[in-house]
Amino acid sequence: MGKTLAEKIWAEHIVRRVDGEPDLIYVDLHLIHEVTSPQAFDGLRLAGRTVRRPDLTIATEDHNVPTLNIDRPIADPVSKLQVDTLRANCKEFGLRIHSLGDKDQGVVHVVGPQLGITQPGMTIVCGDSHTSTHGAFGALAFGIGTSEVEHVLATQSLPLQRPKTMAINVEGSLKPGVTSKDIILAIIAKIGTGGGQGYVIEYRGSAIRALSMESRMTVCNMSIEAGARAGLIAHDQTTFDYIKGKPHAPEDFDAAVSYWTTLFTDADAQFDVEVDMNADDLEPFVTWGTNPGQGLPLNSVVPNPADIEDSEKRTAAERALVYMGLEAGTPLKKIAIDTVFLGSCTNGRIEDLRAAADILKGKKIASTLRMLVVPGSARVRLEAEAEGLDKVFLDAGAEWRNAGCSMCLGMNPDQLAVGERSASTSNRNFEGRQGKGGRTHLVSPLVAAATALRGTLSSPADL
Amino acid sequence: MEKFIKHIGTGVPLRRSNVDTDQIIPAVYLKRVTRSGFEDGLFAAWRNDPDFVLNQEAYKKGTVLVAGADFGTGSSREHAVWALQNYGFKVVISSRFADIFRGNSLKGGLLTIILGQAEVEEMWAAIEADPTTAITVDLDTRTVSYASVSVPFVIDDYTRWRLMEGLDDIGLTLQQTDSIDSFEGKRTALKPTTLPIR
Repeated sequence: MGKTLAEKIWAEHIVRRVDGEPDLIYVDLHLIHEVTSPQAFDGLRLAGRTVRRPDLTIATEDHNVPTLNIDRPIADPVSKLQVDTLRANCKEFGLRIHSLGDKDQGVVHVVGPQLGITQPGMTIVCGDSHTSTHGAFGALAFGIGTSEVEHVLATQSLPLQRPKTMAINVEGSLKPGVTSKDIILAIIAKIGTGGGQGYVIEYRGSAIRALSMESRMTVCNMSIEAGARAGLIAHDQTTFDYIKGKPHAPEDFDAAVSYWTTLFTDADAQFDVEVDMNADDLEPFVTWGTNPGQGLPLNSVVPNPADIEDSEKRTAAERALVYMGLEAGTPLKKIAIDTVFLGSCTNGRIEDLRAAADILKGKKIASTLRMLVVPGSARVRLEAEAEGLDKVFLDAGAEWRNAGCSMCLGMNPDQLAVGERSASTSNRNFEGRQGKGGRTHLVSPLVAAATALRGTLSSPADL
Repeated sequence: MEKFIKHIGTGVPLRRSNVDTDQIIPAVYLKRVTRSGFEDGLFAAWRNDPDFVLNQEAYKKGTVLVAGADFGTGSSREHAVWALQNYGFKVVISSRFADIFRGNSLKGGLLTIILGQAEVEEMWAAIEADPTTAITVDLDTRTVSYASVSVPFVIDDYTRWRLMEGLDDIGLTLQQTDSIDSFEGKRTALKPTTLPIR
């Protein structure tokens, strides 16, 4: 029987396999940031251990950093200490770091791909659950905890239980105004936040193959929101074209392509589970609740919990509506928004900014809301500025910020106030995720831009 | 790591599903660079509600958290495990755990046990009827017992052994350094490196 792409990558990285024990898997690339690494470095020091492969490790500052006044010292002393700690640790252990002010500083999952250091067939880990983003390149990439960060620093490997495999086949073509964000939100609504637990997802089908690299990253990014630690998409010419010319693209590119093309899902490979979706009838999607599985097409109304059969889901929906301050039966498009956030590792890349700018060009955002545009990396910011996108956003009345995770998780000063409601291109609508008491609706960059113009949740077709 | 063989304590019924790690510990508490002191952030937003289960006198000494399905979804922050441990929890029981949270908990010695949803609901009822109900979690025999009930649970042999011996995963892997060396010797040179900077 044939093998899936994920199984082949796994097999290529087995350092040691013994019956009754987890496989020891080699890690090709370890990305680190300020929030989940300090305790790992402390652990190394306490045990007198060192970093095994500094040349397979790279750090950046993203979760905690301000997006304003980045030329001044970080105002919050606790945040400053955490960032300073990362810098000191990188210096002590000889690790590459991209700090605030560097053009390759930014959200760790934007930085890897833009450097060309995320490549097919690799195993990639980071102390961040959205590491699944890198799966868009045909890599096996997943988030790890701090104990595992320490483990990888010390050994460049991890003991792991072999995951099961799931295929999600998305066939057909997307209507104008529908994006890869809508695909993944629809998938999560379909299989649930626990649907992917224990699996690596491979996204397949004509609708997936037609996506650009950056759109593919959006899909893989939110695998974890469906419960899957990793999600990947088979690499193809789109992938190779994206990597070519990037700073760390292989010097012998043809040899690399020859190697990469040995890795693919065999025609007779069996997935443990297969899920089918049709792209033709997808609509722009939006979440109404407090977990990413609570989503609906934008043309729907807020659901009535009484209509939900499953008692656990019904209770969760009741709670969610109270928290979100929504009434069953309200058309989603009537929901007024206070803040639009365009950014994050899900939708903070240049294509996302271009798509939103295209809608905002020459127009003004509604006077009832604010819009934050936060590029995924300093390089994305520079690229956008070279194209004049910053002017488009500023002229429309939006704020143009520096790179970081920003309001996706509200760890830096970019937060929602209590009761404030956002339309956000990020990945999580959990209670308080974007600030204590804040209410989040997850949307695509197109819906974010249309919403900014109209003041209520809207799709570009409503303009 | 402390050995985990058997734990006897009282339970805390958390009747919520999809408890994500942002609820277990919000991001604003993640700025610390230590592994301790995270108990203040545990369920920080919910603890503002005086009726929240952790605020009820009867459950203040509980060490076994019994939660709804899909516990620990979302962010990979291991601070969620530390916050639960710093607060005093030794065991979390749920019908489903998110993969990364479960991995983190078992690395750090917080025992996460999967029981059926019906068994979880029976535990909730028993704990709520009598919050002083003693719960025995026996990793050796792989059973959870309280009152006259005894429920078996599944955990793989390797993880159980590691927890019962209190072994450090990194130490175990470092014993395999020869295997890592030989793997690296055969690795293709086509893979990228972060250094030198290009």
